[in-house]
Amino acid sequence: MTLEGRVWKYGDNIDTDAIIPARYLNTSSEAELAAHCMEDWDTSFVANVQPGDIVVAGKNFGCGSSREHAPVALKASGIACVVAETFARIFYRNALNIGLPILECPEAAQATLAGHTLEIDLSAGRIRNVDTGQTYQSTPYPEFMLALIEAGGLVEYTRRKLAEDHG
Amino acid sequence: MAQRKPMTMAQKILAAHTGREHLSVGELVDVPVDMVLANDITAPIAINEFARLGVDEVFDRERIALVPDHFAPNKDIKSAEQCKQMREFAQRYGIVHYFEVGRMGIEHALLPQEGLVLPGDVVVGADSHTCTYGAVGAFATGMGSTDIAVAMATGSIWMRVPSTIKIVYSGERRPWVGGKDLILHTIGLIGVDGARYQAIEFCGPAIETLSMDNRLTMSNMAIEAGAKAGMFAPDAITEAYVSSRAKRSCRPTCADADAEYERVIEIDVSAIEPTVSFPHLPSNARPLSQVGQVKIDQAVIGSCTNGRWEDLVQAAEILKGRQVHPDVRCIVIPGTQEIYLEAVRGGLAETFVRAGAVFSTPTCGPCLGGYMGVLAAGERCISTTNRNFVGRMGHVDSEVYLAGPAIAAASAVLGYIGGPEQLGR
Ligand code: SF4
Repeated sequence: MTLEGRVWKYGDNIDTDAIIPARYLNTSSEAELAAHCMEDWDTSFVANVQPGDIVVAGKNFGCGSSREHAPVALKASGIACVVAETFARIFYRNALNIGLPILECPEAAQATLAGHTLEIDLSAGRIRNVDTGQTYQSTPYPEFMLALIEAGGLVEYTRRKLAEDHG
Repeated sequence: MAQRKPMTMAQKILAAHTGREHLSVGELVDVPVDMVLANDITAPIAINEFARLGVDEVFDRERIALVPDHFAPNKDIKSAEQCKQMREFAQRYGIVHYFEVGRMGIEHALLPQEGLVLPGDVVVGADSHTCTYGAVGAFATGMGSTDIAVAMATGSIWMRVPSTIKIVYSGERRPWVGGKDLILHTIGLIGVDGARYQAIEFCGPAIETLSMDNRLTMSNMAIEAGAKAGMFAPDAITEAYVSSRAKRSCRPTCADADAEYERVIEIDVSAIEPTVSFPHLPSNARPLSQVGQVKIDQAVIGSCTNGRWEDLVQAAEILKGRQVHPDVRCIVIPGTQEIYLEAVRGGLAETFVRAGAVFSTPTCGPCLGGYMGVLAAGERCISTTNRNFVGRMGHVDSEVYLAGPAIAAASAVLGYIGGPEQLGR
């Protein structure tokens, strides 16, 4: 599966309060969450984000609370993939669980600038910067994680497993 | 005889749960859990995902805790809807440990108090501060709502066996230095991702004498160093805390003496001053002597980090017979109804009110900028909570300084950030 999208670039330690401020957690509506995504951090995000755009960030992306509203807000905003130097543990789980593709790749994250276009081959974990021509290889997913992604997230994966167990 | 392979606390607890002799760091395992937790903001998504799983019952009615605490007592109509959804789920599936408003508390103060999380347990919660229960010797970790939906349905969840950082604290603590100061100092040392994907074992002579309330504060903030879990080996203090509360048996588990650690960090606590973390990261820790003149508008004493009995006692000791500075709002929020009642009985409530402070029913409220103390642009707050990210307690141009209850209470009186020793008398 290949994605191509324009880059929103952020720095280190982008926390879940930055991605979706806690004051909006009185809803789980995807559209409402998307309407406030990144607003305290980058007021231009909501107005200008396009379906298929890619977020590129530094270290420890998604640190802070366990709110799944954070990857949900990004996904519902149209973000197709997040590439970061590293991810906070809970965000990593949550993103894969809800089917938001994320790639850990320090080299690509450091060299990519806002407005660049990235081409990403998800199954191979390959990232190509269309503007600079550079290609990068991200850290591969463990096998179990691939199965999870293939199933379309944890709920589908578990449904299948439960069906097997009972079938 | 086969050679015994030593394990850390995390490895041993996860091995015991998965029925394995040994588990290696990095292995992915499906782990049966002892307790599953969600709150009024994470439960609604978990409940929706639970419905998609197509099961018609939860794995165990007695092993799920649901706590309306973040925006409860309901702060607005949307919050009321979320609490209602959780309440109806609890009724429909017969969840035993559903805690209604008036009988609840902040989840991470409540669950240990009620004896629902025990040494050797595996606990997962849809809240990042689930790691708090490491203080009683549990392997406890925060996850997202979808994970929790699966755990509620199946009673188990996938995990990667983490490597462990051992932090050894030695020396004598200085006056007014508690668990909060130790953990802020530690996060300052290793950074907000210093323990990412790893477990922490807090140990050493200075830890062996630390009270359970102080331990809970330290484990609570393990996530602020990115950790998956932050644990204390069960000892006599654990036993004394747990024995009167537990309603089921447990398996206290310590690391093997020759376990392998990713890193060992030695900290001499006698060099640690009361500590304040500056905006906008918990790792911006500074000793009190280097804080300078920081005027404050608000002081919050409470939360799952420092809303326990000893925290309130310390704050009351400082506020007794004194007045909150005219330019400061001081908000005191006990962690649970039990602590609230104790504070009323013991005269602490009167001390707070006479000092000119708010004394509230338990809620997360201001900690996450929900209600009960949201900050305006340009305002500064000293807070015993655990996060000082941009906009955490309100406007993006407000500032949160993290500290323990002694500093927060003293600052409330002084009008600027300072310690009890600056109060004179
Ligand atoms: S008190 Fe604050 S940190 Fe603790 S559970 Fe509530 S919102 Fe989260």
